[in-house]
Amino acid sequence: MSLIVFIGVFAIGNPIDVLIDPAANQLERDAAIKSLGLDKPMWQQYFTFLGNAAQGDLGDSFVYNEPAIKLILTRLPATLELSIAAMILAVAIGLPLGLIAGLYPGKLIDRTLMSTSILMFSLPTFWVGLLLIMFFAVQLNILPAGGRGDTVNIFGIPFSFLTWDGLTHLALPALNLAMFKMALVMRLVRAGVQEQMSSDYVAFARAKGVSERRIVFRHVLSNIMIPVVTVLGLEFGNLLAFAVVTETIYAWPGMGKLLINSIQVLDRPVVVAYLMVTVVIFMVINLIVDLAYAALDPRARIGGKS
Amino acid sequence: MKNVAENPAIEATRAFFDSRIAVVGLVGLLAVMFVAIFAPWIAPQDPYDLMQLNFMDGKLPPGSRGSNGELFLLGSDDQGRDILSAILYGLRTSLAVGAASAGIAFVLGSVVGLFAAYAGGWVDALVMRIVELQLSLPAILIALVLVAILGQGTDKIIIALVAVQWAYYARTIRAQAIIEKTREYIEAARMLRYSTSRIVLRHLLPNCLPPLIVLVTMQVAAAIALEATLSFLGIGLPLTEPSLGLLISNGYADMLSGRYWLSFYPGLALLFTIVSINLVGDQLRDVLNPKARQQ
Repeated sequence: MSLIVFIGVFAIGNPIDVLIDPAANQLERDAAIKSLGLDKPMWQQYFTFLGNAAQGDLGDSFVYNEPAIKLILTRLPATLELSIAAMILAVAIGLPLGLIAGLYPGKLIDRTLMSTSILMFSLPTFWVGLLLIMFFAVQLNILPAGGRGDTVNIFGIPFSFLTWDGLTHLALPALNLAMFKMALVMRLVRAGVQEQMSSDYVAFARAKGVSERRIVFRHVLSNIMIPVVTVLGLEFGNLLAFAVVTETIYAWPGMGKLLINSIQVLDRPVVVAYLMVTVVIFMVINLIVDLAYAALDPRARIGGKS
Repeated sequence: MKNVAENPAIEATRAFFDSRIAVVGLVGLLAVMFVAIFAPWIAPQDPYDLMQLNFMDGKLPPGSRGSNGELFLLGSDDQGRDILSAILYGLRTSLAVGAASAGIAFVLGSVVGLFAAYAGGWVDALVMRIVELQLSLPAILIALVLVAILGQGTDKIIIALVAVQWAYYARTIRAQAIIEKTREYIEAARMLRYSTSRIVLRHLLPNCLPPLIVLVTMQVAAAIALEATLSFLGIGLPLTEPSLGLLISNGYADMLSGRYWLSFYPGLALLFTIVSINLVGDQLRDVLNPKARQQ
């Protein structure tokens, strides 16, 4: 896997052409090629890369002249903050709406919500991002159009969500990124509620005289949380990948924006480092989903004794 | 007349027209295809012929008239380019790239999926592992990486889109082919000692097609959206062939100064196209799936 990416990334395009001043003479050119290690044969470059990678060194960025992995990791918190905020928004808005749609199937409110969700699926993320800027930042002028705003450092890592200014900067990109997932949560919850409401235990709880509110919030909701959490966990990786688009629109200094810039200038080590970090995040997410699954559903606990 | 009614194709067509919203989608899709194909004849100007552009007509809001009295229905950009014309030409590029990549991915994916299902054993296992690996990663991530590897250009974008999409076809057709290959007609064909490729392509393939028709419609929409996203990020199609995504991206800077029409209308055209295709695809799924139709 790493071999395929490496050969692919390194075989095509010559970064020297992009990086070096076109007016440079041959001697300066050769010196630059040598200092970046691009004069060695490809197999040698690959083994150098593998050896260094095993020690946590994914090479230096050609552009920033800093370790690529460090660049990615300094940008990671911003992306995570944005993605988590988007996830919270998606659940906070999608869950109640899906619940309402599921409790009144076929009614006007259900049909309106479902049509809205189809629209949310079809809307191109980047276009919605522009519309949000146009409406909130340009027309109404109540929210900023881009950037991160004031940040507060926690353990040396800047976060936006702790200041009011940072929160206003976070609002639009998070909403933009959340839109697609919101529609997904709505549909999932609606289908779940519809299925659960016609099940035996709901009929039994009603017969027992349990209030409708308790049935919905205590019994039905805890049963539909299992598929919702599973899907959302797996979709979180998707969210990180799609943050590339949102970060570009809102000039949010996360790792997605770094990736786009690096692709444009053929900064290979950064692209490779981004991939490696993303793959690790994917694995961690899968692990967390498995653990959450066990926490939510007693049947899924391995070796659990009753 | 009785024979006509029993023809499944005609019956499916009739069922398709039962839904009003699907007909709206189909009409919308046909309209989009029509204006895209005939763009050079419909568009008020050729937006990429610099001779036809007049700087005096730059930055006009929608509905205003230029210095020669021509109408800029959707406004113009800073070089005096008519946005409506740019959208029509952009639609052409977007649809062509979307259809080409979905078509190639369809052929490639279904051939690989069919042979995997027919061969079985380790070939099948290997192909399906690759498919699963690919489907577990977000499409946009794969496309980004491929563009980073391949570089930019129309052909490379199509390759990236095909690489993203072939796995969906392979998985869908394989599921169908696994069932179909145990049927008697395949056995009969084998008794007749037909070649493997003949059995797979002439006998197995036609019987596995219906679910793929739905998939191909949806995937054209997905390809158009993904291409637009890549172009918007500035790593998609080259500047010489602006698609809708690139138009939206070009208008981005102007949006902050209030000239919304540069990005807004191309986006609207993109949304209209995607929604039309999805509506048609939705209804096709209901029509071609007998189980859903009975409900």
